[in-house]
Amino acid sequence: MRLSARDLTLGYDQRPISEHLDLEIPDGRLTVIVGPNACGKSTLLRALARLLRPSAGQVVLDGEDIHAYPAKEVARRLGLLPQTSIAPDGITVADLVARGRHPHQKLLRQWSERDEAAVVNAMAATGVTDLSGRLVDTLSGGQRQRVWVAMVLAQETPIMLLDEPTTFLDIAHQIELLDLCLRLNREQRNTMVAVLHDLNQACRYADHIVAMKAGAVVAQGDPKAIVTAELIEDVFGLPCRIIDDPETNTPLVIPRSHHANRRNDVRQPLRR
Amino acid sequence: MVVAEGRPGVSAQRPAGLAAGDAGRSGVLLLLVAALAATCVLSVAAGTRTIALGTVWDAFAHFAGTEEHVIVRELRVPRTLLGLLAGAALGVSGAVLQAVTRNPLADTQILGMNAGAALFVVFAIGVLGLTGIWSYVWFAFAGVAFATVLVYALGSIGRGGATPLRLTLAGVALGAVMSGASAGIRLVKPRAFDYLRFWDVGTLAGRPAQIAVAVAPFVVLGLGLALAAARSLNAVALGDDLARTLGAGVVRTRVLSVLSVTLLTGAATAAVGPIGFVGLMVPHAVRRIVGPDQRWILAYTMICAPILLLGADIAGRMLIRPAELQAGIVTAFLGAPVLIWLIRRRAVSGR
Repeated sequence: MRLSARDLTLGYDQRPISEHLDLEIPDGRLTVIVGPNACGKSTLLRALARLLRPSAGQVVLDGEDIHAYPAKEVARRLGLLPQTSIAPDGITVADLVARGRHPHQKLLRQWSERDEAAVVNAMAATGVTDLSGRLVDTLSGGQRQRVWVAMVLAQETPIMLLDEPTTFLDIAHQIELLDLCLRLNREQRNTMVAVLHDLNQACRYADHIVAMKAGAVVAQGDPKAIVTAELIEDVFGLPCRIIDDPETNTPLVIPRSHHANRRNDVRQPLRR
Repeated sequence: MVVAEGRPGVSAQRPAGLAAGDAGRSGVLLLLVAALAATCVLSVAAGTRTIALGTVWDAFAHFAGTEEHVIVRELRVPRTLLGLLAGAALGVSGAVLQAVTRNPLADTQILGMNAGAALFVVFAIGVLGLTGIWSYVWFAFAGVAFATVLVYALGSIGRGGATPLRLTLAGVALGAVMSGASAGIRLVKPRAFDYLRFWDVGTLAGRPAQIAVAVAPFVVLGLGLALAAARSLNAVALGDDLARTLGAGVVRTRVLSVLSVTLLTGAATAAVGPIGFVGLMVPHAVRRIVGPDQRWILAYTMICAPILLLGADIAGRMLIRPAELQAGIVTAFLGAPVLIWLIRRRAVSGR
């Protein structure tokens, strides 16, 4: 287990968000963290990425406290795609992807053939090679998000963390991006952890699902084994039915309708 | 940075847009260095009294003590050297500030740093009666540091922390207050007023020859720190979170940048007075040529800013001969229209 959290207490300004949290991220698998808004998913991801120092406990990377490593060493093992990123004005796709090589460069040996190969491969894997000379400002949302994934990929880290990578994309681009992540995970065997909002997508793509509520991990495991109507009601407070996704046989969450059994009543005045 | 030279196998599969045209950018940089050299020669030769290039050469090769030789060696060369140093310092400090704050409108003048340096220098000269550059250059540094801390503190009060907009507002407000305080000191100290009259608009003329020598180490150190931070500034441009997960020390980069800006602004302000717009204009223009890579932006700014400042100084000497227009006034006249053009351009592109 390369990445894990032990007895983690996290919070901002003495306001605890998670307490005594334990989590193990399975190697080489795609792990998806789900949970309601403000349940501490992003906070946990930030702690795993060394962006937030836990007030107690530790994040363990390859057997050692993640804060014991130099920043660059962590950056060669673990990459993060934040929820929102800033593309500098007037940067080309290839130059942005090349910035992912930062942790591999030194002051005097700034750009090597390996850097170049990593950028070429990352752009090929994400299908943005044809865009390489374009300005990032001129791309569509879907293209831009693929470019950001390429940048993190160029970092060549065995572990990749993605914070809500599909948030600003339409449904087709969401599926395209998740397919891309799954393919990268299968081909390159790297460990991926993504925070997602859509439960059905989480069930479809995750090898391992982590359900969080109020800062705690409520359940984790194979989506088929753990995603039940009781769990969803407990975590999200949403009454639902679970059926089989006809495409993938993974759980499909169908929220219960308040109007389903009263279809005839709908035409009647609401207040009687 | 310099890649793929003599490695055709690599450059063949090189994706378009990857550090597009490093060779081209190096070539243009060389041309600009040549232009800077030409500007320096012109700055030594041109003026109220135009001196033939042959005479300029003789002033160094066969110094005969003629009036023209003395003008070249005692006045024009130190003035040109001062323009070189101050120009590079003003330009690069602006470029570093814009990069580290991710704010294209950041500038030592807009963030109140020039006004801070000026206030402290005016205090040193007007109230304490110090007149040697060696004594008041320290006041300039202290003034920049004072303004930086105050603007940052004022800009980060309340929820949300120091956003670019708040920092800009705090800088403009504090700059106005500090400029007012400087004006107050000058009014009640007529003797200082006289000494400060020229320093105040920013000019390369009439500075003691040793000033360039005195500020040179600070400028060189400041430029070195800026270059050392360049690569990390590229990472910081992507946002703090990404910079940190890319292994760039965000705090270290900020500290290096602030140190660099303090040294450069303090040295330039102490030497030539508050000259605005160079730090705003040059990095902007340069960015349009070389793109967003800070290493190129800094290198180009370092060459282009002295061209602008020396050019402004030469223009000031030629325009109303035999009198002179201060370089600070010329850059302001050039700078205001450029600023308006920049703002209009951004409005049109919707950002």
